[in-house]
Amino acid sequence: MLTEYEILETYKMIHEENLDVRTITMGISLRECCDANGDSCRRKIYDKIMKSAQDLVKVGRDIEKEYGVPIINKRVSVTPLALVAESCGDEDYVEFAKTLDKAANELGIDFIGGFSALVHKGYTPGDRRLISSIPEALATTKKVCSSVNVATTKAGINMDAVSQMGDVVKSAAELTAGTGGMACAKLVVFANAPEDNPFMAGAFHGIGEPDCQINVGISGPGVVKCALEKVKGADFSTVAEVIKKTAFKITRMGQLVAQEASKRLNVPFGIVDLSLAPTPAVGDSVAYILEEMGLEKCGTHGTIAALALLNDAVKKGGIMASSQVGGLSGAFIPVSEDAGMIDAVQKGALSIEKLEAMTCVCSVGLDMIVVPGDTTADTISAIIADEMAIGMVNNKTTAVRIIPAPGKVAGDVVEFGGLLGTGPVMSLNRFASSDFIRRGGRIPAPIISLRN
Amino acid sequence: MNAVVTVLGKDKVGIIAGISRILSQANVNILDITQTTMQDLFTMTMLTDMTDANIAFSELSDSLEAAGRDMGLYVKIQHEDIFNTMHRI
Repeated sequence: MLTEYEILETYKMIHEENLDVRTITMGISLRECCDANGDSCRRKIYDKIMKSAQDLVKVGRDIEKEYGVPIINKRVSVTPLALVAESCGDEDYVEFAKTLDKAANELGIDFIGGFSALVHKGYTPGDRRLISSIPEALATTKKVCSSVNVATTKAGINMDAVSQMGDVVKSAAELTAGTGGMACAKLVVFANAPEDNPFMAGAFHGIGEPDCQINVGISGPGVVKCALEKVKGADFSTVAEVIKKTAFKITRMGQLVAQEASKRLNVPFGIVDLSLAPTPAVGDSVAYILEEMGLEKCGTHGTIAALALLNDAVKKGGIMASSQVGGLSGAFIPVSEDAGMIDAVQKGALSIEKLEAMTCVCSVGLDMIVVPGDTTADTISAIIADEMAIGMVNNKTTAVRIIPAPGKVAGDVVEFGGLLGTGPVMSLNRFASSDFIRRGGRIPAPIISLRN
Repeated sequence: MNAVVTVLGKDKVGIIAGISRILSQANVNILDITQTTMQDLFTMTMLTDMTDANIAFSELSDSLEAAGRDMGLYVKIQHEDIFNTMHRI
């Protein structure tokens, strides 16, 4: 029999400490949708998504009701679209994004990811067409998310793609100038992108995945922070233990939701992503966890050590709670989506250089960083190159989701709304990197890639 | 299937009666009740058996929550497994 203490602990986690399941994401393969004719290809894509995910929202709501656990988003990820769209002769892939958006709206899901290309070693014609369609595709749709993998530990960094992505980010921002460059919030540039990631904007259904599967992403920084409040002043072994135990409970909840969804939708269970995903709600912040460990403000000296401990303890607690883990699985540090990070930037405690260093010890990378509108495409490419190098050399996923907000300068604030939050505009190094970016070609894979 | 009913709020006359009436009308059996009152905060947890329930889970959940609102209480019914998974290996 359960004890009253246990029941009330779960109650508190959900109602007072913002515990929730961030997303149930259904990964759907579109490989069977290839067609020489663009219209038929899009029709096949639309039909496959509608058929596979028709019950996703309903099942999500039923589980939410029965178990009393909030499930914030229901999402779909699809095969990187460049692979499928390439089968037709279309030069422009914006219509494909509109097809995805239409399906997402009719299903009632929150986001659809997979307007993506994998170009870490080079481009195919379809990759080129997809990447050049990204700005307009993101500006003319609401729910479509896009990602481009430009580097892996095995292949090195495709610097031509890095250079092009700087321009893509700039034009996406300019096409959505009225909303602070909103299109860029739906675009991620990756190194070592995972194939089973349930989180947006980087989710796509990788080519090694089954036809359809359910991946779940959890959330719960608030719960970890509250658990740490009970061990004020204790040493780091105790801190790590408390985080592990809490992560175990959070992940078990995610595992239960994933299994239930998989059973009810009759779709195999893929993975639970162990990442702690913050929300802009006060009390649901990764920065506050670091501050609870004893830092006056997130971003000060000691931040990286604190984050390294947190990230590791979350994984150790989570791994035993779930039969299959995957996706990104690491603490997220998206600036605009985390009340504590926003505050740290505004108080001058957290800089872009510190964020870069933080990405060495956690996933996922420079996430939801707003920079001045006059930042050049080359500087954005150079920021991407740095982050890709961190991912490539450390054999981990890193990503860049950066928003050069048109007309904004350092110190301004951009409001994105919803889970995307509020982004303070951060200042950047004022020296140019243009000659470096213009070299092009590939940065070779590091020696650690030769493991065979 | 078993479900846990959690009731929290300011203590008053008729809480157990009010909740039990709804459960009995839905033909839901109460297996166990625990209650405490700490500094005026009334907390009750009930383990119930839904096997022979005559209404859908979501309907029962809505009427319990509505009854809770009328009495100024927080009332929630949840599948037992959410607690079992989080607290038992």
